[in-house]
Amino acid sequence: MLNIVWPIFIIISFSFAIFSGNLENLNNSIFESTNSAISLSIDLLGTMCLWSGIMQIASKTSLVENLTRFLEPLLNFLFPKLKENKKIKKEISMNMIANILGLGNAATPLGLKAMKSMQEENEKKDTLSDSMMMFIVINTASIQIIPTTVIAIRSSLGSENPTSIVFPTWIATIIAAVVGVFVARIVIKLTKGEKHG
Amino acid sequence: MKIINFLSSVAMPMVILLIVMYGVKEKNKVFDTFLDGAKEGIKTTLSILPTLIGLFLAIGALRSSGVLELIIKIARPVLDILNFPSELMPLAILRPISGSGSIAVATDIMKNCGVDSLIGNIASTIMGSTETTLYTIAVYASCIKIKKTRYILIAALAADIAGIIASTIICQMIS
Repeated sequence: MLNIVWPIFIIISFSFAIFSGNLENLNNSIFESTNSAISLSIDLLGTMCLWSGIMQIASKTSLVENLTRFLEPLLNFLFPKLKENKKIKKEISMNMIANILGLGNAATPLGLKAMKSMQEENEKKDTLSDSMMMFIVINTASIQIIPTTVIAIRSSLGSENPTSIVFPTWIATIIAAVVGVFVARIVIKLTKGEKHG
Repeated sequence: MKIINFLSSVAMPMVILLIVMYGVKEKNKVFDTFLDGAKEGIKTTLSILPTLIGLFLAIGALRSSGVLELIIKIARPVLDILNFPSELMPLAILRPISGSGSIAVATDIMKNCGVDSLIGNIASTIMGSTETTLYTIAVYASCIKIKKTRYILIAALAADIAGIIASTIICQMIS
Protein backbone atom coordinates (compact mmCIF):
# COMPACT_ATOMS: atom_id res chain seq x y z
CA MET A 1 0.00 0.00 0.00
CA LEU A 2 2.75 2.43 0.96
CA ASN A 3 4.46 1.60 -2.31
CA ILE A 4 1.63 3.53 -3.94
CA VAL A 5 0.85 6.17 -1.32
CA TRP A 6 4.43 7.18 -0.47
CA PRO A 7 5.60 8.15 -3.98
CA ILE A 8 2.33 10.00 -4.57
CA PHE A 9 2.90 12.10 -1.44
CA ILE A 10 6.50 12.83 -2.42
CA ILE A 11 5.80 13.66 -6.06
CA ILE A 12 2.81 15.90 -5.35
CA SER A 13 4.35 17.84 -2.48
CA PHE A 14 7.84 18.22 -3.96
CA SER A 15 6.58 19.42 -7.32
CA PHE A 16 4.03 21.69 -5.67
CA ALA A 17 6.79 23.25 -3.56
CA ILE A 18 9.05 23.76 -6.58
CA PHE A 19 6.30 25.40 -8.63
CA SER A 20 5.04 27.60 -5.82
CA GLY A 21 8.57 28.61 -4.80
CA ASN A 22 8.10 27.21 -1.33
CA LEU A 23 11.54 25.63 -1.33
CA GLU A 24 12.95 26.98 1.90
CA ASN A 25 10.14 25.42 3.93
CA LEU A 26 10.51 22.16 2.07
CA ASN A 27 14.25 21.98 2.64
CA ASN A 28 13.82 22.66 6.31
CA SER A 29 11.20 19.96 6.62
CA ILE A 30 13.36 17.40 4.82
CA PHE A 31 16.06 17.71 7.46
CA GLU A 32 13.58 18.01 10.26
CA SER A 33 11.81 14.81 9.24
CA THR A 34 14.83 12.59 9.85
CA ASN A 35 15.46 14.28 13.18
CA SER A 36 11.89 13.92 14.37
CA ALA A 37 11.76 10.26 13.30
CA ILE A 38 14.88 9.53 15.30
CA SER A 39 13.83 11.47 18.36
CA LEU A 40 10.39 9.85 18.31
CA SER A 41 11.97 6.39 18.10
CA ILE A 42 14.28 7.14 21.00
CA ASP A 43 11.41 8.47 23.08
CA LEU A 44 9.25 5.49 22.18
CA LEU A 45 12.02 3.09 23.06
CA GLY A 46 11.59 3.41 26.83
CA THR A 47 7.84 2.91 26.97
CA MET A 48 7.86 0.15 24.38
CA CYS A 49 10.59 -1.80 26.22
CA LEU A 50 8.80 -1.40 29.53
CA TRP A 51 5.54 -2.55 28.05
CA SER A 52 6.95 -5.46 26.07
CA GLY A 53 8.63 -6.62 29.28
CA ILE A 54 5.42 -6.49 31.29
CA MET A 55 3.54 -8.26 28.53
CA GLN A 56 6.20 -10.95 28.35
CA ILE A 57 5.52 -11.68 32.02
CA ALA A 58 1.80 -11.87 31.28
CA SER A 59 2.25 -14.25 28.39
CA LYS A 60 4.30 -16.66 30.53
CA THR A 61 1.46 -16.99 33.05
CA SER A 62 -1.97 -18.56 32.74
CA LEU A 63 -3.58 -15.11 33.03
CA VAL A 64 -4.87 -15.11 29.45
CA GLU A 65 -6.30 -18.60 29.83
CA ASN A 66 -8.00 -17.73 33.10
CA LEU A 67 -9.59 -14.60 31.71
CA THR A 68 -11.15 -16.42 28.76
CA ARG A 69 -14.04 -17.77 30.84
CA PHE A 70 -15.40 -14.25 31.29
CA LEU A 71 -15.90 -14.08 27.54
CA GLU A 72 -18.05 -17.23 27.30
CA PRO A 73 -21.48 -15.46 27.25
CA LEU A 74 -20.22 -12.88 24.75
CA LEU A 75 -18.81 -15.59 22.47
CA ASN A 76 -22.09 -17.51 22.45
CA PHE A 77 -23.82 -14.33 21.37
CA LEU A 78 -21.29 -13.41 18.66
CA PHE A 79 -20.67 -16.92 17.33
CA PRO A 80 -23.98 -18.79 17.62
CA LYS A 81 -22.74 -21.48 15.19
CA LEU A 82 -19.75 -22.34 17.35
CA LYS A 83 -21.75 -22.90 20.53
CA GLU A 84 -20.78 -26.57 20.75
CA ASN A 85 -17.25 -26.16 19.46
CA LYS A 86 -15.17 -25.67 22.61
CA LYS A 87 -11.79 -25.80 20.84
CA ILE A 88 -12.45 -22.95 18.41
CA LYS A 89 -14.14 -20.86 21.10
CA LYS A 90 -11.07 -21.26 23.28
CA GLU A 91 -8.78 -20.09 20.48
CA ILE A 92 -10.99 -17.12 19.69
CA SER A 93 -11.18 -16.05 23.31
CA MET A 94 -7.40 -16.41 23.78
CA ASN A 95 -6.94 -14.08 20.80
CA MET A 96 -9.46 -11.59 22.17
CA ILE A 97 -7.93 -11.52 25.65
CA ALA A 98 -4.44 -11.12 24.19
CA ASN A 99 -5.72 -8.17 22.13
CA ILE A 100 -7.45 -6.60 25.11
CA LEU A 101 -4.28 -6.84 27.19
CA GLY A 102 -2.28 -5.35 24.32
CA LEU A 103 -0.26 -8.54 23.68
CA GLY A 104 -0.12 -7.79 19.96
CA ASN A 105 2.69 -10.27 19.31
CA ALA A 106 0.76 -13.08 20.94
CA ALA A 107 -2.63 -12.14 19.56
CA THR A 108 -1.87 -12.57 15.86
CA PRO A 109 -0.59 -16.19 16.01
CA LEU A 110 -3.56 -17.11 18.23
CA GLY A 111 -5.89 -15.44 15.76
CA LEU A 112 -4.37 -17.28 12.81
CA LYS A 113 -4.81 -20.54 14.69
CA ALA A 114 -8.48 -19.74 15.25
CA MET A 115 -8.87 -18.92 11.54
CA LYS A 116 -7.34 -22.28 10.58
CA SER A 117 -9.67 -24.16 12.92
CA MET A 118 -12.66 -22.29 11.54
CA GLN A 119 -11.51 -23.14 8.03
CA GLU A 120 -11.79 -26.86 8.89
CA GLU A 121 -15.49 -26.34 9.61
CA ASN A 122 -15.96 -24.07 6.61
CA GLU A 123 -18.04 -25.56 3.80
CA LYS A 124 -16.77 -23.24 1.08
CA LYS A 125 -13.01 -23.09 1.42
CA ASP A 126 -12.48 -19.98 -0.71
CA THR A 127 -15.11 -17.87 1.09
CA LEU A 128 -15.19 -16.41 4.61
CA SER A 129 -17.66 -18.18 6.88
CA ASP A 130 -20.06 -16.27 9.14
CA SER A 131 -17.92 -16.94 12.20
CA MET A 132 -14.75 -15.83 10.41
CA MET A 133 -16.38 -12.55 9.40
CA MET A 134 -17.42 -11.82 12.95
CA PHE A 135 -13.96 -12.76 14.20
CA ILE A 136 -12.17 -10.46 11.75
CA VAL A 137 -14.47 -7.54 12.55
CA ILE A 138 -13.77 -7.93 16.25
CA ASN A 139 -10.06 -7.99 15.53
CA THR A 140 -10.21 -4.82 13.45
CA ALA A 141 -12.14 -3.00 16.18
CA SER A 142 -9.03 -3.37 18.41
CA ILE A 143 -10.44 -3.49 21.92
CA GLN A 144 -7.51 -2.63 24.18
CA ILE A 145 -7.26 -1.69 27.86
CA ILE A 146 -4.04 0.30 27.55
CA PRO A 147 -3.33 2.04 24.22
CA THR A 148 0.43 1.82 24.81
CA THR A 149 1.74 3.26 21.56
CA VAL A 150 -0.39 6.38 21.84
CA ILE A 151 0.60 6.91 25.46
CA ALA A 152 4.25 6.57 24.44
CA ILE A 153 3.86 9.13 21.64
CA ARG A 154 2.04 11.53 23.94
CA SER A 155 4.67 11.36 26.63
CA SER A 156 7.42 11.79 24.03
CA LEU A 157 5.75 15.03 22.92
CA GLY A 158 5.71 16.32 26.49
CA SER A 159 2.04 15.82 27.31
CA GLU A 160 1.03 16.92 30.80
CA ASN A 161 -1.14 13.84 31.17
CA PRO A 162 -0.28 11.12 28.64
CA THR A 163 -2.84 8.66 29.99
CA SER A 164 -5.76 11.10 29.95
CA ILE A 165 -7.07 9.56 26.73
CA VAL A 166 -7.44 6.05 28.17
CA PHE A 167 -11.08 6.37 29.20
CA PRO A 168 -12.22 8.14 26.00
CA THR A 169 -10.43 5.38 24.08
CA TRP A 170 -12.42 2.67 25.86
CA ILE A 171 -15.72 4.31 25.01
CA ALA A 172 -14.74 4.92 21.38
CA THR A 173 -13.47 1.35 20.99
CA ILE A 174 -16.64 -0.15 22.42
CA ILE A 175 -18.78 1.98 20.12
CA ALA A 176 -16.62 0.95 17.15
CA ALA A 177 -16.92 -2.72 18.09
CA VAL A 178 -20.70 -2.57 18.55
CA VAL A 179 -21.18 -0.82 15.21
CA GLY A 180 -18.80 -3.30 13.54
CA VAL A 181 -20.67 -6.31 14.93
CA PHE A 182 -24.02 -4.82 13.97
CA VAL A 183 -22.97 -4.08 10.39
CA ALA A 184 -21.25 -7.47 10.12
CA ARG A 185 -24.53 -9.18 11.07
CA ILE A 186 -26.32 -7.28 8.31
CA VAL A 187 -23.59 -8.07 5.77
CA ILE A 188 -23.65 -11.74 6.77
CA LYS A 189 -27.41 -11.86 6.23
CA LEU A 190 -27.30 -10.04 2.90
CA THR A 191 -24.50 -12.19 1.45
CA LYS A 192 -26.11 -15.44 2.46
CA GLY A 193 -26.44 -16.70 -1.13
CA GLU A 194 -25.32 -20.22 -0.32
CA LYS A 195 -24.50 -21.96 2.90
CA HIS A 196 -21.52 -20.69 4.84
CA GLY A 197 -20.03 -22.65 7.74
CA MET B 1 -15.02 14.31 35.31
CA LYS B 2 -12.93 13.26 38.31
CA ILE B 3 -13.91 9.63 37.97
CA ILE B 4 -12.95 9.65 34.27
CA ASN B 5 -9.54 11.03 35.10
CA PHE B 6 -9.16 8.50 37.89
CA LEU B 7 -10.07 5.56 35.64
CA SER B 8 -7.68 6.82 32.96
CA SER B 9 -4.78 7.13 35.35
CA VAL B 10 -5.40 3.97 37.37
CA ALA B 11 -5.62 1.65 34.33
CA MET B 12 -1.91 1.30 33.60
CA PRO B 13 -0.67 0.84 37.19
CA MET B 14 -3.46 -1.69 37.83
CA VAL B 15 -2.59 -3.79 34.79
CA ILE B 16 1.13 -3.79 35.63
CA LEU B 17 0.42 -4.67 39.27
CA LEU B 18 -1.95 -7.49 38.31
CA ILE B 19 0.51 -8.99 35.84
CA VAL B 20 3.52 -8.83 38.16
CA MET B 21 1.50 -10.37 41.01
CA TYR B 22 0.26 -13.09 38.70
CA GLY B 23 3.81 -13.87 37.65
CA VAL B 24 4.97 -14.06 41.27
CA LYS B 25 2.02 -16.25 42.21
CA GLU B 26 2.90 -18.75 39.49
CA LYS B 27 6.53 -18.71 40.65
CA ASN B 28 7.99 -17.38 37.42
CA LYS B 29 11.37 -15.69 37.19
CA VAL B 30 9.56 -12.42 36.79
CA PHE B 31 12.51 -10.10 36.25
CA ASP B 32 14.30 -12.36 33.76
CA THR B 33 11.07 -12.65 31.80
CA PHE B 34 10.68 -8.89 31.91
CA LEU B 35 14.18 -8.44 30.44
CA ASP B 36 13.47 -10.90 27.62
CA GLY B 37 10.38 -8.93 26.68
CA ALA B 38 12.09 -5.57 26.99
CA LYS B 39 14.85 -6.72 24.61
CA GLU B 40 12.16 -7.63 22.09
CA GLY B 41 10.80 -4.11 22.60
CA ILE B 42 14.10 -2.61 21.44
CA LYS B 43 13.98 -4.66 18.26
CA THR B 44 10.37 -3.75 17.51
CA THR B 45 10.92 -0.05 18.04
CA LEU B 46 14.16 0.16 16.08
CA SER B 47 12.70 -1.88 13.24
CA ILE B 48 10.08 0.81 12.59
CA LEU B 49 12.69 3.61 12.49
CA PRO B 50 13.34 3.41 8.72
CA THR B 51 9.59 3.40 8.08
CA LEU B 52 9.16 6.43 10.29
CA ILE B 53 11.94 8.35 8.52
CA GLY B 54 10.35 7.68 5.14
CA LEU B 55 6.89 8.63 6.33
CA PHE B 56 7.95 11.71 8.27
CA LEU B 57 9.68 12.87 5.10
CA ALA B 58 6.53 12.42 3.03
CA ILE B 59 4.16 13.92 5.59
CA GLY B 60 6.50 16.76 6.48
CA ALA B 61 6.77 17.59 2.79
CA LEU B 62 3.00 17.52 2.39
CA ARG B 63 2.69 20.05 5.19
CA SER B 64 5.62 22.35 4.39
CA SER B 65 4.88 22.52 0.67
CA GLY B 66 1.37 23.79 1.39
CA VAL B 67 -0.38 20.81 -0.23
CA LEU B 68 -1.90 19.66 3.04
CA GLU B 69 -3.21 23.13 3.76
CA LEU B 70 -4.77 23.24 0.30
CA ILE B 71 -6.46 19.86 0.72
CA ILE B 72 -7.77 20.83 4.15
CA LYS B 73 -9.07 24.11 2.76
CA ILE B 74 -10.94 22.31 -0.01
CA ALA B 75 -12.42 19.72 2.34
CA ARG B 76 -13.27 22.19 5.11
CA PRO B 77 -16.81 23.20 3.99
CA VAL B 78 -17.92 19.55 3.87
CA LEU B 79 -16.19 18.65 7.16
CA ASP B 80 -17.66 21.71 8.87
CA ILE B 81 -21.15 20.48 8.08
CA LEU B 82 -20.24 17.18 9.74
CA ASN B 83 -18.67 19.12 12.62
CA PHE B 84 -15.42 17.18 12.09
CA PRO B 85 -12.13 19.06 12.64
CA SER B 86 -10.44 19.27 9.23
CA GLU B 87 -6.95 18.93 10.73
CA LEU B 88 -7.82 15.30 11.50
CA MET B 89 -8.89 14.36 7.99
CA PRO B 90 -5.47 13.01 6.88
CA LEU B 91 -5.40 10.74 9.94
CA ALA B 92 -8.93 9.48 9.34
CA ILE B 93 -8.03 8.55 5.76
CA LEU B 94 -4.68 6.92 6.50
CA ARG B 95 -5.63 5.08 9.69
CA PRO B 96 -7.23 1.97 8.13
CA ILE B 97 -4.52 1.73 5.44
CA SER B 98 -1.19 1.96 7.22
CA GLY B 99 -0.19 1.46 10.85
CA SER B 100 3.16 3.24 10.76
CA GLY B 101 1.75 5.85 8.37
CA SER B 102 -0.96 6.75 10.84
CA ILE B 103 1.58 6.91 13.69
CA ALA B 104 3.54 9.45 11.64
CA VAL B 105 0.44 11.51 10.78
CA ALA B 106 -0.92 11.41 14.33
CA THR B 107 2.44 12.53 15.73
CA ASP B 108 2.57 15.32 13.18
CA ILE B 109 -0.93 16.50 14.15
CA MET B 110 -0.21 16.32 17.89
CA LYS B 111 2.99 18.26 17.41
CA ASN B 112 1.38 21.00 15.30
CA CYS B 113 -1.89 21.41 17.21
CA GLY B 114 -0.54 20.69 20.69
CA VAL B 115 -0.52 17.25 22.26
CA ASP B 116 -2.94 18.25 25.04
CA SER B 117 -5.20 20.33 22.79
CA LEU B 118 -8.64 19.09 21.78
CA ILE B 119 -7.35 18.07 18.34
CA GLY B 120 -4.37 16.32 19.93
CA ASN B 121 -6.67 14.38 22.25
CA ILE B 122 -8.98 13.37 19.43
CA ALA B 123 -6.03 12.21 17.33
CA SER B 124 -4.79 10.12 20.28
CA THR B 125 -8.21 8.60 20.87
CA ILE B 126 -8.60 7.72 17.20
CA MET B 127 -5.21 6.01 17.24
CA GLY B 128 -6.12 4.03 20.35
CA SER B 129 -9.58 2.95 19.30
CA THR B 130 -9.09 1.84 15.70
CA GLU B 131 -6.91 -0.67 13.85
CA THR B 132 -5.06 -0.98 10.57
CA THR B 133 -8.18 -2.58 9.14
CA LEU B 134 -6.93 -3.44 5.65
CA TYR B 135 -3.81 -5.12 6.99
CA THR B 136 -5.74 -7.19 9.53
CA ILE B 137 -8.22 -8.42 6.92
CA ALA B 138 -5.41 -9.25 4.50
CA VAL B 139 -3.42 -11.24 7.08
CA TYR B 140 -6.37 -13.24 8.38
CA ALA B 141 -7.93 -13.94 4.99
CA SER B 142 -4.71 -14.85 3.20
CA CYS B 143 -3.43 -17.26 5.87
CA ILE B 144 -6.19 -19.72 4.96
CA LYS B 145 -6.27 -18.78 1.24
CA ILE B 146 -9.67 -17.12 1.31
CA LYS B 147 -10.52 -15.31 -1.91
CA LYS B 148 -14.11 -14.21 -1.36
CA THR B 149 -14.38 -11.91 1.62
CA ARG B 150 -18.14 -11.22 1.40
CA TYR B 151 -17.87 -7.43 1.83
CA ILE B 152 -16.24 -7.80 5.25
CA LEU B 153 -14.48 -4.52 4.44
CA ILE B 154 -17.76 -2.63 4.76
CA ALA B 155 -18.36 -3.88 8.29
CA ALA B 156 -14.75 -3.26 9.32
CA LEU B 157 -14.69 0.24 7.85
CA ALA B 158 -18.04 1.01 9.50
CA ALA B 159 -16.38 0.14 12.82
CA ASP B 160 -13.48 2.49 12.01
CA ILE B 161 -15.76 5.35 11.05
CA ALA B 162 -17.82 4.83 14.20
CA GLY B 163 -14.62 4.86 16.26
CA ILE B 164 -13.44 8.08 14.63
CA ILE B 165 -16.78 9.84 15.12
CA ALA B 166 -17.09 8.58 18.69
CA SER B 167 -13.54 9.77 19.49
CA THR B 168 -14.39 13.25 18.21
CA ILE B 169 -17.62 13.52 20.17
CA ILE B 170 -16.28 12.10 23.43
CA CYS B 171 -13.21 14.34 23.45
CA GLN B 172 -15.37 17.40 22.70
CA MET B 173 -17.67 16.41 25.56
CA ILE B 174 -15.01 16.00 28.23
CA SER B 175 -12.80 18.92 27.23
